[in-house]
Amino acid sequence: MNRPRAARSPIAWVRANLFATPADAVITLALLLLLLWIVPPIARWAVIDATWTGETKAACDRGGACWAVVTARWRQMLAGFYPSNQLWRVGLAMLLLAAAVLPLAVSRWTRFILIAGPLGVAAAFAVLAGVGPLANVGTEYWGGFFLNVLIGVAGMMFSLPIGVLLALGRRSRLPVIKGLCVAFIEFVRGVPLITLLFMASVMLPLFAPAGASFDLLARALVVVTLFSSAYLAEAVRGGLQAVPESQRDAARALGLGPLRTTVLIVLPQALRISIPAIVNSFIGLFKDTTLLFVIALLDVMGVMRQALADYAWQGVDAEGYAFVGLVFFLACFGLSRWSAALERRRDRRPELERPLTEPA
Amino acid sequence: MPRSRSRSVAGGWPALAAQALLLGLVMLAVLWLTRNAATNLQARGIPMGFGFLGLPAGFDIPQRLVPYQPSDTHFRVFLVGAANTLLVAGLGIVFATIVGLVAGVLRLSRNFLGRALATVYVEGARNTPLPVQLLLWYSLMLAAPPPRDAIQLLPGFFLTNRGLYFPTDTIPRLEGFGFTGGASLSLPLAALLLGLIVYTGGFIAEVVRGGLQAVPKGQTEAARALGLKEGHVLRHVVLPQALRVMVPPLASQYLNLTKNSSLAVLIGYPDLVAVFGGTSLNQTGQAIEIIAMLMAFYLAVSLSISAFMNWWNSRTAVWERRT
Repeated sequence: MNRPRAARSPIAWVRANLFATPADAVITLALLLLLLWIVPPIARWAVIDATWTGETKAACDRGGACWAVVTARWRQMLAGFYPSNQLWRVGLAMLLLAAAVLPLAVSRWTRFILIAGPLGVAAAFAVLAGVGPLANVGTEYWGGFFLNVLIGVAGMMFSLPIGVLLALGRRSRLPVIKGLCVAFIEFVRGVPLITLLFMASVMLPLFAPAGASFDLLARALVVVTLFSSAYLAEAVRGGLQAVPESQRDAARALGLGPLRTTVLIVLPQALRISIPAIVNSFIGLFKDTTLLFVIALLDVMGVMRQALADYAWQGVDAEGYAFVGLVFFLACFGLSRWSAALERRRDRRPELERPLTEPA
Repeated sequence: MPRSRSRSVAGGWPALAAQALLLGLVMLAVLWLTRNAATNLQARGIPMGFGFLGLPAGFDIPQRLVPYQPSDTHFRVFLVGAANTLLVAGLGIVFATIVGLVAGVLRLSRNFLGRALATVYVEGARNTPLPVQLLLWYSLMLAAPPPRDAIQLLPGFFLTNRGLYFPTDTIPRLEGFGFTGGASLSLPLAALLLGLIVYTGGFIAEVVRGGLQAVPKGQTEAARALGLKEGHVLRHVVLPQALRVMVPPLASQYLNLTKNSSLAVLIGYPDLVAVFGGTSLNQTGQAIEIIAMLMAFYLAVSLSISAFMNWWNSRTAVWERRT
């Protein structure tokens, strides 16, 4: 909200913005007291009295936070137990993932996301697992923050095509298709992710043919993909609803059939409109990857909890979780600013209508 | 949106055939999965069906609203867990709404400090994963001192490593090694509530902000021109109108909070997922039945919340017509 600035001098600013009315003055003073009460102890604990390096908890004798648990195990936090001499492959995989996401950022490439996304992710998996001359690295060695990024991006890119199909299906006039899509979307959105994860770890083996076994990471990926596809379906549905009916009419007038109308005319526009909602959905999914440790994956939380369970690091749980929280905050806050910028850019485009409903 | 031209209903026979084929495939898949499950369960010696609900559970549950003892059945465990989940969800929804309302209003206030602090809170709460927040709150609370050195948060509110004590009709008092009087929340419950309230409060604040911004400026100006005080402008003119815009996103936040309460299992609060989906499942091995019941419970709660919010929505809509 833009309010006209009444005056320019600092004192006038303070009066207008902090002490405009008696009630304002009370609020300001109360908040100042709150700040004085909260900030100094936290600053003392987290920075001034903190210990930054050390081999065990014993090194932390200054009374403040013990960040040594993070610095001592930073490599595991970053890339789990991936072999040290193969770490460049993790870096390469990250670049491939970034390339997979690129079409979301460049609006004229948006239409390629449904193909480029899954391909980029598949390439990242190939590099990590080992193809051709690269040595095999089992998924049990993958871990750390990189695993969160991998599962987040992979879940997103694999679920996008499924989500598009579900969204189209939900708008279909064919009752069976519509019914199946609605049932799937509402069912997945109605239950907590943690029950779906439990389902994957206990039920998938039950439903599989006798003797078949699944990689733990693959199981997690299946669940995350299906989970995310239901939420993406709602994001894309908002975009589909926002494409003007006249576009479909014009396509039909040009003699395009229903399939080509959808693929060539409606979908590219709908995807472009839904990008902010898709990015928001990705932020949610990325945050949800911190739950994967419950099925024993060694993502950054899994690695951190392993460190905290170590006798050498007893009682530094708060530091460990605060660090993970901070890392995710930086990533998600950056993404949310980006999503907001995309939204502003989209809304400036006159030829595109805003979605009527934008699912959270 | 009604279509100007309609093709033959439901797309003619090719569409019909495709749908029949799809339905057939789905049914085949279900059949195949059921057969696999039956074979696998037989191999492990686990009977199918809900007979296990009548068997004694044999484990204790530290916190319960429903009377329970270890000799009670697994169905009783389900009830105890469900009540614990509803307790957290109910309290969480009430307090998260209050926090969200305050933060949302502050974010739009004229007061720079209020605006800045509300922004820091909202962005921080929304962009940090809830599982991490819960574990952080819980580990901080576990590090609280024992009762004799209890931290007094507010007059009558004591935080100890045994729980959070607060006044009811009596004020909690230190006696020997513990507190008497008042009431207490166990640490897992307190941490779970705090995490859910802080996290969801941040999202509700954004809903509130969106709702307030949707009310035309002329409404505020007209109310001020009538000589209403700022508080009254907010309470009697802006909020009632903003509420209508806020109801659908608010409903989805309430649903999220209820679903997120299942993260209780991370910090040992005995909610439905922890006791029924955890302990009962481990003891009986009835994964399919138990997870089906869990999902049915959450779906039922989701549907009730949307039904309630729809009813509330229609009520607020009627108010508009009267004015």
